[in-house]
Amino acid sequence: MALTTKYQALIAEAKSAGIDDLQIAELDGVLHIRGTAPNADVKNKLWDIYNQIDPNFLSSDVVMNVDVSTAVSGSQVRVITNNSNLNIRKGPGTDQPIIGKAAKNEVITLISRANDQWWLVRTQENEEGYCYAQYLEPIS
Amino acid sequence: MRLKSILSPVLLGLICVVVFISCKSKVSDADLKAKVEQVVNSNPTVFVDVKDAVVTLTGNVQNEDERLNLEKAAKAAEPKAIKSVVNNLSITPVLVSSDDIALTDKVLDATKDFPNIKATVAEGIITVTGEVEQARIQTLKMSLDALNPKKVDLSGVKVK
Repeated sequence: MALTTKYQALIAEAKSAGIDDLQIAELDGVLHIRGTAPNADVKNKLWDIYNQIDPNFLSSDVVMNVDVSTAVSGSQVRVITNNSNLNIRKGPGTDQPIIGKAAKNEVITLISRANDQWWLVRTQENEEGYCYAQYLEPIS
Repeated sequence: MRLKSILSPVLLGLICVVVFISCKSKVSDADLKAKVEQVVNSNPTVFVDVKDAVVTLTGNVQNEDERLNLEKAAKAAEPKAIKSVVNNLSITPVLVSSDDIALTDKVLDATKDFPNIKATVAEGIITVTGEVEQARIQTLKMSLDALNPKKVDLSGVKVK
């Protein structure tokens, strides 16, 4: 079955949800989906649909990288760790020393995006440092 | 009189043909849109717009060949009814990571909080083995997909 058929529902949602710069292309048997969602809810919905079509993502035939457009400098982001605190580090990398912690569900300020993986943040206690972006969700 | 009796069936026939052709080419914009969408659906990001029989294509394609082929296909969907095709497709190929050393570093960061898995990188493909809790498999997959690899192979992962 063609990947575009298997993931038809996911593609349809991506197209109708207003994803900016949407790119969908099949390369070497893997469907790549890229773009920028208007908010975190849209991104989460795409992942829900993907998980429904391919439970636990074990088929390994999609790579989906969807950013959220509200994740801009000065915006508020929520800590979405599973249950632990989020490390705040001196620099962008897990080899960097931990200089603070942010609690799960804590809302902190995104100062700037150092790169796609590491964002510079400020906590409510005015601690500044780098966090892993996957554990931060923009509040729209 | 004789000439007229010969001409009238010919004329009648001609009128029929003209009416038939003009009716046939009068395809609504909505029908044209549906037809063009059917032929360009090889690329799901292509959007089709039709106004007064002029078709506009927008979206992202991988290369110039795909861009031109989609334009041709759109025109061929209903060649008589389509006046022209405006090709606003932009070439923005999906770029995947080809630097295994840089990717390996990023994978290390992404999997730091998953002590029971092992992730390796080879030719842009991330292969993961080991065990992950059901509640966290999506976080792992999102983190790895965000690194733009060629593929994330989770087939060897046991979900608890």
